[in-house]
Amino acid sequence: MKKEWPLWEVFIRGQHGLNHRHVGSLHAPDAETAILNARDVYTRRNEGLSIWVVEARHISASAPGDKGPLFEPSESKVYRHPTFYDIPKDVGHM
Amino acid sequence: MAQVDQKALLEFVLRQGDNTLVLGHRVSEWCGHAPVLEEDIALANTALDLIGQTQMWLGLAAEIEGEGRTADDMAFLRDAWDFRNLLLVELPNGDFGRTILRQFLFDAFSAIYLPLLTKSADPRVAEIAAKATKEVAYHLERSAQTVVGLGDGSEESHARMQEALDYLWPYVGEMFASDGVDQAMAEAGIGPDPAGLRAEYDALIGRVLSEATLRIPEDSFAHKGGRNGYMHTEHLGHLLTQMQWLQRAYPGCEW
Amino acid sequence: MYAQMVKSTGDAVKSREEMSDDERHFQDKVDANIKVEPRDWMPDDYRKTLIRQIGQHAHSEIVGQLPEGNWITRAPTLERKAILLAKVQDEAGHGLYLYCAAETLGVTRDDLTEKLLSGRMKYSSIFNYPTLTWADMGAVGWLVDGAAIMNQVPLQRTSYGPYSRAMVRICKEESFHQRQGYAIMMKMAQGSAAQRKMAQDALNRMWYPSLMMFGPSDKDSVHSAQSMAWKIKINTNDELRQKFVNETVPQAEYLGLTIPDENLKFNEETGNYDFSQPDWDEFFEVLKGNGPCNTDRLNARRKAWDDGAWVREGLLAHAEKRAAAKVAAE
Repeated sequence: MKKEWPLWEVFIRGQHGLNHRHVGSLHAPDAETAILNARDVYTRRNEGLSIWVVEARHISASAPGDKGPLFEPSESKVYRHPTFYDIPKDVGHM
Repeated sequence: MAQVDQKALLEFVLRQGDNTLVLGHRVSEWCGHAPVLEEDIALANTALDLIGQTQMWLGLAAEIEGEGRTADDMAFLRDAWDFRNLLLVELPNGDFGRTILRQFLFDAFSAIYLPLLTKSADPRVAEIAAKATKEVAYHLERSAQTVVGLGDGSEESHARMQEALDYLWPYVGEMFASDGVDQAMAEAGIGPDPAGLRAEYDALIGRVLSEATLRIPEDSFAHKGGRNGYMHTEHLGHLLTQMQWLQRAYPGCEW
Repeated sequence: MYAQMVKSTGDAVKSREEMSDDERHFQDKVDANIKVEPRDWMPDDYRKTLIRQIGQHAHSEIVGQLPEGNWITRAPTLERKAILLAKVQDEAGHGLYLYCAAETLGVTRDDLTEKLLSGRMKYSSIFNYPTLTWADMGAVGWLVDGAAIMNQVPLQRTSYGPYSRAMVRICKEESFHQRQGYAIMMKMAQGSAAQRKMAQDALNRMWYPSLMMFGPSDKDSVHSAQSMAWKIKINTNDELRQKFVNETVPQAEYLGLTIPDENLKFNEETGNYDFSQPDWDEFFEVLKGNGPCNTDRLNARRKAWDDGAWVREGLLAHAEKRAAAKVAAE
């Protein structure tokens, strides 16, 4: 028998209430073990509060050629960014 | 606190510290040699937790002893007869199956025992137990899951795990073989008498081992002599030879 | 370095005119410091060279666990034991990150492992030297990790995204490795006569093997030129070696230790230290398998892999059984 443990992608939410962020990958026989392995491999320095694992083969990715159509429209929507707006200094921090 | 027999208290604390010292040493032997990278890293984490617990327990032991010694002196400058660890933890690692099963058998005990110590009348004991309890809960989760996976895995992994259980089982009973030290600790409110924890322990390991499709041996014979220091196995001396060598060969140096 | 003598295929770096459209577009991207990601188009040779380089780097981390692991059970204090164990554990972690980076290029970790164990892939020459005294733990951290950091810090800017991200994580975690080594050396150098002797002996044995880590001079190498054009190699071997010597000499002086090189001298003109080259014949012998520990190191890795087979298979069998039971229940 020559079968490798599947590859899992690991996502960790740090301590600051942020989104889960991709931190890396690892191998594990199943999801439960993948979570334990993620804890041992990727939170050795107290990096995380919550762990997600997804088997790598279940991740669908945008094709590299799509990069233009998928992402460029958002670039033109500058009004989504706070720096788009000039707020008078007198108003204070916003 | 004045009424607590300090000699018994020292024995009690040494039992905790020597267990974590010797088991931490054994687990650290795997570093660089585990079956898979993820496991190598996980075993090192367990060993690191145990070494950290050792520093606290043996530090407290040195304080109780009151002869100006340090945790390192306790670890590196006592001889085999001074050690108060269970025979279970000084046994050689054997294959990975035996190592992880021993870890599980020890973790299951610690996971029951340490939370009770967090209520100790001695705040120093309670504090160490509070920190260790969190670590041990994770150790147990991991070792139990691995024992189930290997016990209920392939034909070979099942056979190896059963063999490991048969080998280790006679060393389980010592955890509950309480004596005068335990009674003194119970009376002083320092820690519970382990003899009273057997039923809860059996229920816990029974659940996991049954899920792992492993059969607990019927013979209830228990080897003893570690936790009271009366008679260790031959393995402890070799472990100490390696662990203490530098301190012994170059006495009085700072490292 | 951790990846020594990695050969990129091809006889010369192609000029823009010789490149295909894809290749030109790729090179433009690399030149503009835009990261190459796994699903992007890349030249075959870029992929192959990277697999070799990252694989060799990963193997070095894993084999590199052994010389230091050799002292975990003999560490002289509880704190030193914890620090050393944490460091060697980091190396396993770094190997893991790097294997994962290589896997994004279409190889599996098991493939790479088998190539290491059969001797078809190499690891850094440095790990074929023995660790004989506790001072070697100091010297390895100080010199070997010091040399590794020289190489890894610039590699954070490498063109391949997953490799670059792995290096960022590795550099962040490794920041304590060299310091813990130097801290051991300081204790030894300020300690008893026996400890000072150990420290000097460790420096004597580790100095030239550390210089070898950067690999032979590659200023005329086609492979290096190609790798540099692709930004999977950032500096020449000689540049890094010189930088290492310049930084290490004052550190040795502070310890009161003598670098075993009679020709070592600060050159006012160049602003660099002049130094003797290591014995490159010895280096090539070590690469061929004739270093003091090659056989032991590979045997240790083979034993771990072979002895662990039943564990890997057993846990997978359990996972498959449970997945099947779950499907049956649905």
